[in-house]
Amino acid sequence: MDRRTFLEMLVGFSAGAGTGFMLTPVNWKLMDDVSIWTQEVWPDFFAGIPERGKVTHADSVCDLCPGGCGITVRKVEDRVTKIEGREGYPVNNGGICPLGASGLQLLYGPWRVPSPVRRAGKRGAKAWEQITWEDAIGDVVKRLSDLRRKGKTDSVACVVASDQGTVPQLFSRFMKAYGSPNLIRAASAEDTNELAMKLMQGKKASVAYDLEGADFILSFGSGLIEGWGSPVRVIQAHSKWRSDKNRATVIQIEPRLSNTAAKADKWHPIKPGTETALALGLAHVIIKESLYDIYFIRNNTYGFNDWRAMVMAQYSPEAVSRTTGLSAENIVKLARAFAKARRPLAVWGRGKGTTPGCLYECMAVHSLNALVGNINKPGGVWARPPQVATNRWPSVKQDSAARTGNSKPRLDGAGTRQYPLVSSRPDELPGIINKRPGAIQVLLVHEADPYYSTMDSSAMAEAFDKIPFVVSFSTYFDETAQHADLILPNHHYLERFEDVPTPIGLPKPVLGLRKPVVSPQFNTRYAGDTLMAIASRLGGTVAQSFPWKDYVILLKQTLGGKWDALKKTGYFTAASFGTPLGKFEFYAKAYEPVEAEGDSETYPLTLIPVELMRLAHGAIGNPPFCTKTLEETELKGNDLFVEVNPKTAGDYGLAEGRYATLETPRGKAKVLVHLSEGIMPGLVGMPKGLGHTGYDDYLAGKGASANSLMGVVEDPISGLCATWGIQAKLSSV
Amino acid sequence: MSTTEEKEQTVEEQAEEHGPVYAAYKPAKSRGWRFLIPIAAFGVGFVSHLFLGWVIFPHLLYGKKQQPIDFSHQLHQEAADESCESCHFFREDGSFSGVPKLENCLQCHEEPMGESPEEAKFITEYVEPGKEIPWHVYARQPQCAFFSHAAHVKVAELECVTCHGPVGDSDHTRPYQYNRLTRYSRDIWGWNIAGLKKKTSDRMKMDDCAECHEERKGHKDACFVCHK
Repeated sequence: MDRRTFLEMLVGFSAGAGTGFMLTPVNWKLMDDVSIWTQEVWPDFFAGIPERGKVTHADSVCDLCPGGCGITVRKVEDRVTKIEGREGYPVNNGGICPLGASGLQLLYGPWRVPSPVRRAGKRGAKAWEQITWEDAIGDVVKRLSDLRRKGKTDSVACVVASDQGTVPQLFSRFMKAYGSPNLIRAASAEDTNELAMKLMQGKKASVAYDLEGADFILSFGSGLIEGWGSPVRVIQAHSKWRSDKNRATVIQIEPRLSNTAAKADKWHPIKPGTETALALGLAHVIIKESLYDIYFIRNNTYGFNDWRAMVMAQYSPEAVSRTTGLSAENIVKLARAFAKARRPLAVWGRGKGTTPGCLYECMAVHSLNALVGNINKPGGVWARPPQVATNRWPSVKQDSAARTGNSKPRLDGAGTRQYPLVSSRPDELPGIINKRPGAIQVLLVHEADPYYSTMDSSAMAEAFDKIPFVVSFSTYFDETAQHADLILPNHHYLERFEDVPTPIGLPKPVLGLRKPVVSPQFNTRYAGDTLMAIASRLGGTVAQSFPWKDYVILLKQTLGGKWDALKKTGYFTAASFGTPLGKFEFYAKAYEPVEAEGDSETYPLTLIPVELMRLAHGAIGNPPFCTKTLEETELKGNDLFVEVNPKTAGDYGLAEGRYATLETPRGKAKVLVHLSEGIMPGLVGMPKGLGHTGYDDYLAGKGASANSLMGVVEDPISGLCATWGIQAKLSSV
Repeated sequence: MSTTEEKEQTVEEQAEEHGPVYAAYKPAKSRGWRFLIPIAAFGVGFVSHLFLGWVIFPHLLYGKKQQPIDFSHQLHQEAADESCESCHFFREDGSFSGVPKLENCLQCHEEPMGESPEEAKFITEYVEPGKEIPWHVYARQPQCAFFSHAAHVKVAELECVTCHGPVGDSDHTRPYQYNRLTRYSRDIWGWNIAGLKKKTSDRMKMDDCAECHEERKGHKDACFVCHK
């Protein structure tokens, strides 16, 4: 064959092949298939699509904040595919918040602790060895019985999220039976709320509000739609206030234009930390113009005359205007509007209400409610009703070791002569351990993340190094778990039974029952069962104090006759509002500002935390669904933005979107700058809830933690942490 | 100069001068059949690629699997009281159960009911270990398509055979052929590689849905009716 023949054949064959091919369905078929492939098969590498199957719904109760919302979980066969708010539930009636809806990511995410694990490297190195439950419990028992033998039972401390419900009570019981007074409840505004109730109304209860019935809401920095109180309930009340039918006036007093401030009828920015002065200034105008409820004051209060004398002498609108930065005219107008409303309600607790705050501020604001007589009335403030009655447990058995241990003073000084009012001082923990290394030999942590969420978390990190043995009961690899020696993972909240006491701030008692909606995905156990197994191995009176076979049996016995009904309906509620009104006591105490830490020469600006609905900042790490919703002016890549007024930015040479170093007496962070007219000059607003090291790449390493830049400022009355901000400096990089 | 002279030479003269081999390359003589070369090559290319496209291609595109159990619809339909819906039932919430789960089978097959080796295999491999049968579903539509059996069977009163064909009469399960690229059953595109069909149950592509919708409803319906 010569070249010419070859070429002729090639051309001929190719033309024939091409023509022939075009007359087959290959092209058209493949085009169709490739389009299906790109749509169906390709993305499947990234996002699993649940198997088809029978769809069912199961009701339970959320566990991600103290809000206690009822949830309805949608499942396809055994896979949870969606979490929705439960219709008709007495707290949230069908509503759900972004965190609650993201709960299934917490269930299936890579941050679950798969089985009991023992630390296999340095603390925080994330190296773990999976061990059996038998061995894990053995480890704890060995430590605890050693300490018991040495008579050092009080060197065991335990941090829990709450003191209500069977599981926190089991921990409390364990500590009593073992012999340590050091049970610590994680910090929240409830600490201060309870104190205010005790001091002003003589009640051993927290505060509840009839938000739905109020028609004038004066909020002292409360993030009403930012996750304050029981978030969904408050947002639903807020929607009611904004509707035409049940319209209410909302006034927001806050140094920054939060969402709540933006949706309020009026936003009054004042200097942070001067809220107490403003409350007393409003009282001054109300008293001066005789706008207060004389009947209520005369019949139901003590100490009004002394208080009035103090308020009239020191808190004229002009004086308060100088302190707060709000004009005297506005103070007078606001006071009149508040007092003349039919059902005015003053609320407190900054942001989401997760920090104790200043007790006297809380008392000053609550005095406004008393002044207009709006206590124990529809639309007013109530003492939180007692929990739904359940069966009592047999008394704790204590041997001499337990009695000796329990009689020792608490490490944080709570309940001692120095801090007589409070029952625990969680933010003091790092300070105590750093001052007295060895004071805590074993730390047990349940449903709390002190390593991350304690103020001054860098001091906490230092303190952790001084605790020889840390045991976490966490479901997730949170920061505390990652710096523990042993993790005894609890079931996820969608995998377990648990009683849910009345949610925070609710004026009617609700007892919810959390029910497992999926079988445990990992080798986890009820924290109650783990604790009882530890007690049983410790033997003696400790074992005798836990006569139950397992946690579910204990729960059944505790709920007694209500168990069957609860299993069916999921909740139990009583219509009645709180306890009868006692006497209200006014405290005539001059305003003593809680100052931000740091000298204003070196640190000319003031850093305040910004609390966002879409960013969890407590013991639960923000799930990816929520992190995804953060705006480009809050988090960009791995850098967070701080909010600064353009005026301040001009003074310090800062520009939009540029890097800067934020420094406080407690720490330093690299941040991006976002300029906003919505924050008062001189302030730096920093989103709270980032800067995690735990969980995994979806959360760890994003931004910086506001807690690591804050210090602990002790409240002059309560001794709790009253920190609301810290002095800071911001310099461009 | 020599070139001009060569041109003037006749064939005979060339042969004399250069020998017969040179003379054989005369263009005038070969013109008779040479044009057939590209045509023949065209023909070979054309036919081979038609063969490739129509015969070989389907074999390459589709993989073949046997169903885990050779199931007789015919046998079961005779025993069932409510025809197809005895096993392929609607759930209480109106959703369609699709391929029965093991628990449905167990309603009758707790113990072997006959002598068939396939039933024995079913009992030992699936019933005893309590394992679901990994059936291959011939009619599985892509995820992007929303389809409600209730709307079609209950409301529009379509017969099962309209889309699925006479599956109920089959005595054996036929091999499941699947598209290697899309992972979906061959039944969706239809068994004719050109996509031609004779009856409604031959194909289950979007055009086939639209054809019926147009026939019965007067319009093909909007995209989002099925693509939610």
